[in-house]
Amino acid sequence: MEKMSRVTTALGGSVLTGRTMHCHLDAPANAISVCRDAAQVVVAGRSIFKIYAIEEEQFVEKLNLRVGRKPSLNLSCADVVWHQMDENLLATAATNGVVVTWNLGRPSRNKQDQLFTEHKRTVNKVCFHPTEAHVLLSGSQDGFMKCFDLRRKDSVSTFSGEAIEAGPWEWVMVRWVPAHPVPSCILRIHHSFAHGLTRDAESRANEAQESWGCPVYPLGLCSGPQAGQSESVRDVQFSIRDYFTFASTFENGNVQLWDIRRPDRCERMFTAHNGPVFCCDWHPEDRGWLATGGRDKMVKVWDMTTHRAKEMHCVQTIASVARVKWRPECRHHLATCSMMVDHNIYVWDVRRPFVPAAMFEEHRDVTTGIAWRHPHDPSFLLSGSKDSSLCQHLFRDASQPVERANPEGLCYGLFGDLAFAAKESLVAAESGRKPYTGDRRHPIFFKRKLDPAEPFAGLASSALSVFETEPGGGGMRWFVDTAERYALAGRPLAELCDHNAKVARELGRNQVAQTWTMLRIIYCSPGLVPTANLNHSVGKGGSCGLPLMNSFNLKDMAPGLGSETRLDRSKGDARSDTVLLDSSATLITNEDNEETEGSDVPADYLLGDVEGEEDELYLLDPEHAHPEEPECVLPQEAFPLRHEIVDTPPGPEHLQDKADSPHVSGSEADVASLAPVDSSFSLLSVSHALYDSRLPPDFFSALVRDMLHFYAEQGDVQMAVSVLIILGERVRKDIDEQTQEHWYTSYIDLLQRFRLWNVSNEVVKLSTSRAVSCLNQASTTLHVNCSHCKRPMSSRGWVCDRCHRCASMCAVCHHVVKGLFVWCQGCSHGGHLQHIMKWLEGSSHCPAGCGHLCEYS
Amino acid sequence: MAEGENEVRWDGLCSRDSTTRETALENIRQTILRKSECLRLVKETPHRPSDGLSNTESSDGLNKLLAHLLMLSKRCPFKDVREKSEFILKSIQELGIRIPRPLGQGPSRFIPEKEILQVGSEDAQMHALFADSFAALGRLDNITLVMVFHPQYLESFLKTQHYLLQMDGPLPLHYRHYIGIMAAARHQCSYLVNLHVNDFLHVGGDPKWLNGLENAPQKLQNLGELNKVLAHRPWLITKEHIEGLLKAEEHSWSLAELVHAVVLLTHYHSLASFTFGCGISPEIHCDGGHTFRPPSVSNYCICDITNGNHSVDEMPVNSAENVSVSDSFFEVEALMEKMRQLQECRDEEEASQEEMASRFEIEKRESMFVFSSDDDEVTPARDVSRHFEDTSYGYKDFSRHGMHVPTFRVQDYCWEDHGYSLVNRLYPDVGQLIDEKFHIAYNLTYNTMAMHKDVDTSMLRRAIWNYIHCMFGIRYDDYDYGEINQLLDRSFKVYIKTVVCTPEKVTKRMYESFWRQFKHSEKVHVNLLLIEARMQAELLYALRAITRYMT
Repeated sequence: MEKMSRVTTALGGSVLTGRTMHCHLDAPANAISVCRDAAQVVVAGRSIFKIYAIEEEQFVEKLNLRVGRKPSLNLSCADVVWHQMDENLLATAATNGVVVTWNLGRPSRNKQDQLFTEHKRTVNKVCFHPTEAHVLLSGSQDGFMKCFDLRRKDSVSTFSGEAIEAGPWEWVMVRWVPAHPVPSCILRIHHSFAHGLTRDAESRANEAQESWGCPVYPLGLCSGPQAGQSESVRDVQFSIRDYFTFASTFENGNVQLWDIRRPDRCERMFTAHNGPVFCCDWHPEDRGWLATGGRDKMVKVWDMTTHRAKEMHCVQTIASVARVKWRPECRHHLATCSMMVDHNIYVWDVRRPFVPAAMFEEHRDVTTGIAWRHPHDPSFLLSGSKDSSLCQHLFRDASQPVERANPEGLCYGLFGDLAFAAKESLVAAESGRKPYTGDRRHPIFFKRKLDPAEPFAGLASSALSVFETEPGGGGMRWFVDTAERYALAGRPLAELCDHNAKVARELGRNQVAQTWTMLRIIYCSPGLVPTANLNHSVGKGGSCGLPLMNSFNLKDMAPGLGSETRLDRSKGDARSDTVLLDSSATLITNEDNEETEGSDVPADYLLGDVEGEEDELYLLDPEHAHPEEPECVLPQEAFPLRHEIVDTPPGPEHLQDKADSPHVSGSEADVASLAPVDSSFSLLSVSHALYDSRLPPDFFSALVRDMLHFYAEQGDVQMAVSVLIILGERVRKDIDEQTQEHWYTSYIDLLQRFRLWNVSNEVVKLSTSRAVSCLNQASTTLHVNCSHCKRPMSSRGWVCDRCHRCASMCAVCHHVVKGLFVWCQGCSHGGHLQHIMKWLEGSSHCPAGCGHLCEYS
Repeated sequence: MAEGENEVRWDGLCSRDSTTRETALENIRQTILRKSECLRLVKETPHRPSDGLSNTESSDGLNKLLAHLLMLSKRCPFKDVREKSEFILKSIQELGIRIPRPLGQGPSRFIPEKEILQVGSEDAQMHALFADSFAALGRLDNITLVMVFHPQYLESFLKTQHYLLQMDGPLPLHYRHYIGIMAAARHQCSYLVNLHVNDFLHVGGDPKWLNGLENAPQKLQNLGELNKVLAHRPWLITKEHIEGLLKAEEHSWSLAELVHAVVLLTHYHSLASFTFGCGISPEIHCDGGHTFRPPSVSNYCICDITNGNHSVDEMPVNSAENVSVSDSFFEVEALMEKMRQLQECRDEEEASQEEMASRFEIEKRESMFVFSSDDDEVTPARDVSRHFEDTSYGYKDFSRHGMHVPTFRVQDYCWEDHGYSLVNRLYPDVGQLIDEKFHIAYNLTYNTMAMHKDVDTSMLRRAIWNYIHCMFGIRYDDYDYGEINQLLDRSFKVYIKTVVCTPEKVTKRMYESFWRQFKHSEKVHVNLLLIEARMQAELLYALRAITRYMT
């Protein structure tokens, strides 16, 4: 607290001044309340009950109300309230169930005025009527609320939190004159009559009214010997605007609205929270706005003026909400404090429920009571705490979490779009600058959202920009098609490879197609496959029908040829290489390629295996390379590939680096495919005959591994996973578990985002990684309702326990469905997938005739 | 486990699908037949000394299987399994192999078997409960069978227990069972220890740990102290205890783990109370639950097996009851009369504040001297004691010396406001589950008392609940502790005190001597109140210490 500011506010004559300050109390406080004049505060707790004067610099103890030699439980206060009309009047709620009133005007030292011992359990809350001088309301753990008239010795009416049950109740009928809330006559009614009354209190009251000729309201359920099991009352608050209305909150999550004249039943009841509702507060100005706070860590604002209580705002806090108080003069602000764990006081703008507008961090233990010092001054907040201190907080000194929050957000879309939201000021500054060099992307729309929270207008307004991939990029169609058409299992390896190669080729992805073909050559014994067949498949892909057995597509290699040349020359014995390389070197210069960084990688691919064997193994065909034709396809990588990929097996640090790449792969792969791929071009070919001469498939595993890494890195995690699945044991051992798992999860994630559920499930099923294959073991429970009685079927899925009927009947053909069963989640009717599809094409109503408008998507 | 390919998989039986169960059973049958065949062959080839060991070993293994089968034939909620298990046992018997038979008299030693619901005669709701329980644990334990007197509570209880032991939580599964063993062992509850030793091994726990706490990891050893204090004198828990656990370098607990452990400890302390309080008998498939000894004719235990079992030793008791029936009838009447009086005169005479405070102190002090006279008969500790240290530390110590129990005010720290929030924050969802369980236990009523109907028992229930909390020094400002004296008579107090504080000393006589006219289901109801109140009391102290540590 460096800047302890001093605030002076003029409020209609009276002037409030002060600073942030605190004073030590002798004992933990349970509640505080402020006097009408905003100059005094009362603090109450188990062993403290004092009045402090709020002076400019400090709190000054003015009066100790805890007098008497023996500490009495009547003085152990759970709550305290100061009358807002009468400066001399206070009321406390004791933990033993006693309600005490105090009159400061009494001349003696003991200011205790009246004692009401009607509650059987702890009283949680007391509340004075905002305008009526003598009316006090209390809410207790025993489930009753009692209305006291301070001029009388006992309560005038009792409100029960629970629905009235028939029982030996005794009724007190009272004539009520609204202006003077003193009963003018009290009538005891006999049991027999009362019994009927409990069932239909209203009509009976009307009867009585007619017979007595005066307005009669049933008042006061005097508990008979059978106390009902009612829920504990946690808070009661008189409405500030409506004279007769008060709200009460309960331990079971309910909130009730009562008319003070009608104790027989509440006007309205609704469930506001999950678990106890600890507090509520009426808005000082907006009629019918009620804020409630509960153990479920929520603050909710309700509009009670409508027919049904409507939740208008909801603020999620980090701990259970013990108190809530609207901030004066700020329509949307309220202060909260917590009962456990969290010691701070927050002021929220209810329209901005995620970040508190202000935060007071002075207390070292939970805050138990908060009060705004003056009903028309928004800058002074008083609080009492379990840490035995009383604080005055100045709004100006509060810390504002908003200032520390990160105001930017970034998200990738499925099709490579990028959304970016930031504080408007930031974006404005940025837009002045030149766009990023070389970025072909541009924001497609730009949106400015104005936050209605005026005090934070500067902070809260943000700009959202969405960047789209270049139009005409072709989208992710290829991904979806490939995913759907690839065959991953169920056939011999050779067939799978061929099939997938065909699919890739048809989609214009020749590089991938060639990879499949190569895989097939590597892993399938060549003798099994007729040569002609191979030729055929290659001939289709390559534009030149040369008598090659197979061909590698070396488009990845092309950029690396320069370096390769160097290396190979140093070796000095690759005759044919030289020819080839010379020719393609020109090709590179022709192509005007800028991406030199990536060039080493594919070269290493080649070198990695060339070095390991006899050069003669590869018959490089120089005639094959026609420099004039633009056969060489360069992947347009969005970011440069790293050198390490090939030479060193990927260590964990690479994994870290790669962690994001498959996720953003959607867009990256997309870019890669933008370039037109007309024909594949074989630079290098493996002679069938030579291959035949004892090269174990294991020999290639390093190459294949690198290939998989390359694809994954490039963004095509689909290829990596598909190959991994198809090759199975053959390569799995070469790639570490974590990487595999990472690929799988990335691919599954992508598939699911494209809603390719079947494919994704197949991938999950075929995966060998434990962490992945358990994905479809989780949450496999389907909850179904019986189509007859509409109730959930608990024990068995297909026969209802209640109506003992088979629930899986087709609503169209009335036969039992075996196999695919589709049903409406709204009306529980359904049947054969085909039947229902057909039916809903023609009609939008449920085929069972229940009248429900079923939706099929 | 030398079972190898012969290993029997019981988990198929837990399936709700009858065909799966059938295949599983068939597998079991074949394995058992194969095994017994082996055994017979070994027996028939005489005197091969080298085989002696493996022989006993394999017959041990078979016996275990047979015992399990016996349990299934009695306690499986699925009829097909019960019948088939019995059939297998019969066919084994025909092979000349000795089969076990259940020992004892049903799930509880205190409650005659005929009073307890038979498996197979439950209604749909209970069957669902049984099936759930069976699916989760592969057994239907005696505790469940006794608690099913109150299905509403049982459901909540099983849900909580299942969540604590098997669902998401900060502690690994074998830790959970081990903590359960530690907690149960504090009260020398061999029943729970046996159950959880099996479970512990089943989830892959290290058998070495079972040789004693000193063989367990340091982390668990550190928990020993908290376990001890929590079980016997929870009011002594300070934030220093918590700090010691949380700041022990590499052996330290995280807050979430600690809350999980605390909930488990309190759960098993109170469950031990229930086990003794209701005289739960050993499980059929555990040690002491069955015997292979053939029923001998000369022995009195013939009647024990055939059908009568309890009828013999019940007779004198019954006659004793008959004698005192008028007495006990008056007991109920008197109790009801007192409740009525309390209700009526409550508003009229108000005791002074000092009076109220002293009533609490009196009750608290008196509760310490309420002890049964037959203190000395201690149940043999068996081999349970190795799971905990410092056996001498008990509730008794302090009561004898009249140690002062500080007063804990519920209005300052209660479960609903404070404990719940803390638990739910550190171990999500469990706060909710326990909260529901407390609520159900506290509010459970059928509005009956012995032979009377339509009685509001809330006053009585509150008196029991508050009496237990009073023993732990927990005070409700808004309760007149004079009521306890009016409503709970001495024998009842003795029972409560023993069950809650030294459950291992509960005897059948104690169980029978309180509330003689009340039904067994009502006595079980009382036990539910006792264990939940105890659990809440322990939790309150432990959670308050954690809260204090955190602030």
